[in-house]
Amino acid sequence: MVPVCPGWGALMLAAQAKQLLDGEPEGVAEALEVVSGFDDVLVHGLARVGEAQSGALAAFAVALAACPLRDRVAEAVEKVRAGSIGDEHLMALAGGRTALLGAVHDAYLGRLDAALGRTRATWESTGSNVEKESGNLLAGCRSWLSELAITGWRGVGHDLVEACGNAIQAAYAEPKLRRLAVLLDGLASELRAASPTATMEHVPVRRWADLWSRAMLLSQPGALSAPAATTEVSGRLLILGVDIHEHETAVQFQVHGVLEEAGAQPRLVRASISAGKTNTVSGLPLWRLLLGYPQMLKGLADHSVLELSAMPLLPSGDLVWLDDRAAATPEAADPFATARVLLAVAVAPPVPPLQRHPVRIAEPVLLEGQVLEGGSIEGGSIELDPGRLPSCGPLTPELVKSASSCIGLLRWDAGRWHVQPIAVQTLVKKKPVTVHNGQWALGHPDPKVAKASSGAGDTVAILRERAGRLLRK
Amino acid sequence: MPNWEESSVAPVVPPLHPRKLAKVPFVELADGRLQGVVSSGSDIERVYVSAITAGTHALSCSTNNNRPCGGLSGAWGCKHLHSLAEEAVLQYGAERVARFLRVEPADTVSSGDDIMTRLLASASVERGGSATVFSRFLRHLAYLELLASGEPIPELQWFPSARVGGR
Repeated sequence: MVPVCPGWGALMLAAQAKQLLDGEPEGVAEALEVVSGFDDVLVHGLARVGEAQSGALAAFAVALAACPLRDRVAEAVEKVRAGSIGDEHLMALAGGRTALLGAVHDAYLGRLDAALGRTRATWESTGSNVEKESGNLLAGCRSWLSELAITGWRGVGHDLVEACGNAIQAAYAEPKLRRLAVLLDGLASELRAASPTATMEHVPVRRWADLWSRAMLLSQPGALSAPAATTEVSGRLLILGVDIHEHETAVQFQVHGVLEEAGAQPRLVRASISAGKTNTVSGLPLWRLLLGYPQMLKGLADHSVLELSAMPLLPSGDLVWLDDRAAATPEAADPFATARVLLAVAVAPPVPPLQRHPVRIAEPVLLEGQVLEGGSIEGGSIELDPGRLPSCGPLTPELVKSASSCIGLLRWDAGRWHVQPIAVQTLVKKKPVTVHNGQWALGHPDPKVAKASSGAGDTVAILRERAGRLLRK
Repeated sequence: MPNWEESSVAPVVPPLHPRKLAKVPFVELADGRLQGVVSSGSDIERVYVSAITAGTHALSCSTNNNRPCGGLSGAWGCKHLHSLAEEAVLQYGAERVARFLRVEPADTVSSGDDIMTRLLASASVERGGSATVFSRFLRHLAYLELLASGEPIPELQWFPSARVGGR
C-alpha cells in the first residue's frame, strides 16, 4: 500500500473543470472541420462526388500535407475525384482521417492530463508480431467496406447490408479477427435497422465514418497482430468501477482499477471481458455470460481486492484477463476510498497510436461536494451523462442526480466534455449508500427479481437449450 | 440530443425491451418482413418459422422441416403468427412494428392483436421462405457459443450500453 496522501488531488475541483473548459486546444476546430467535410463525402458516396465534396477532399489532402501519409492521401484524393478508386486509396483515406482524429484525441487528452495533474507514461514504439494471415478473409471485409464507401450512407439498402454476412461469419471463425468481426457486426446491425437509409431524417455522420475508418484499418493485413511487448504483472487490483459496452451481438465489461505492485508506483489499468450474445440478452442476464470469470464477478459485486499473479498486461494499460491468475481476497476495497487515495498518484497508461480517437478517452475521476450540483459540475458546463447508464446495473438518472459523490469516466464527444457515472454515493431513505454498475454481478439482491430471471425468465438458458436441440442437427 | 450528427456515440438502434423467450425465441424486423421462430406447443423438438411481409401483408408459417402449418388461413392467420406479433410488440414497441409492416395509422396500434386484426383485412397466404429465416435463427443462436474473452476490444468504446428510455 502506498502512503496515504491528502486526497485533494484526486478530486475534480471547480478550478480543474475550468482549466479543462478554457477554450479549444489549438488546431482542434480546424481539424474537426476537415473531418466533417470528409464525413460528408461518405454520406453521398465516393461515386457521387460533387463540387462541395471535391472541395472537402482537397482540404483533407491539404490538412494532411505535413504528415507521412501525405503522398498517399493526395493520390487517393486525386483518384476519387477522377472516379477510379482502389482498395489502397480507401486505406489511405481511412488512415488520413484516423491521423486527424488522433491529433484531436492527443490535444484533448493532453488538456485533461494537465487539468487533473495526471501523469501519463509515454508510448514506446514496440513493433508487433506481424503475421500476414487470413488475407482472403480480410479482402472480403474490405470489399464490403469499399462498396459502402462508394455507395454512401444515403444509398444503403437491404441487399448491401446483407452482403456482409459471409465476411462477418468468416471473421468470427478466426479468433484473431474478433475485433474486426465485432465492429463490422455492430455497423451492419445499425445499417440494417436504418435501411433503406434514403428515408432517414438524419444520418449519424461522424459515427458511421468512425466505424468505417476503424474497420478499414483493422482489415489491413497485419493490423490485428498481437503486440510484442506484453508483460506480466503481480499485485493487488483495486477496482474503481465497470463500464459496459453493448451492441446487438456483443457485450464488453470494461473494469477500471488501480494496480499496486510491490516497489512500483500504482497505475491505472483496465480489464475487459467480452462475450457474444443475442439482441434479446440484455439487462441482468448479461452477467450470466461471465460465469467463467468468478473472480472478476466477486471483485465487482463485493468490492473484493483481487490478487493478481503473472497477469498479462499490454503496453496500453489493458490487462489481458485470465481469471485463474486472479484471486478474490476477503479484503474489501471501497472504490471511493481507492479513488480518494490513489487516483491522484496513479500513473495513467499511454494510448497506442492506432487507438487514438476521442471516443477512447475515458479517464476515471472522482467528483465530490460542491463541484457536483444536481447532476452537473461547473454550473452545467460538464454534465453527468445519464445516457450511458447500463441496462444491467442499478444506477438510474435519479440516483445520479441526487449523488453527493461520484466516480465517473471523463469523456469528450460532439464538442463537449461529460462525465459518465459508474458509481455514486447518495442517500436512499436517509441512509448513505454506494450504488455502482457492478453491484448485480453476482445476481439481484431482491429474491423476487432474482427468481423472475431464472426458469422461464432465464433468457440465456432458454436460448442455449434451443441451440442444443436445433444447432447441431 | 444536440449535435447528434457530430457524435461518435450517437444512438442509432433503440435498446430492445426485455421479454420472455420460451414461446417465441426469435423475432426480427429484417429482409422486409416481421419474421421469427415460434416453439411448438406440443413437440419440444419442433419449431415453427413464421413471417409477415411488410406492405403486402403476405403471411407464411411452416415447421423448420418446411411442413406447412395446418392452422394457417388468410382470414385468421394462425396461433404462431399471433404469438409472433405479440412478442414483436413486446420487443420493439407497437408503433415500431406497425410502422415497419405499414399497418396504418401506426400510432393507433397498441397490441399484437391490434396489428393482426388490421392486417388480416388485406392478408394473403404465401408458402416457402422458412429456410432463410431458420438459418438466420441458427446464426443468431451461434453468438452464444462464442467463447468469452479477456482480451480488450477497443472498438466497443463506440457502443455504450444504454437502458430502455435512457436516452
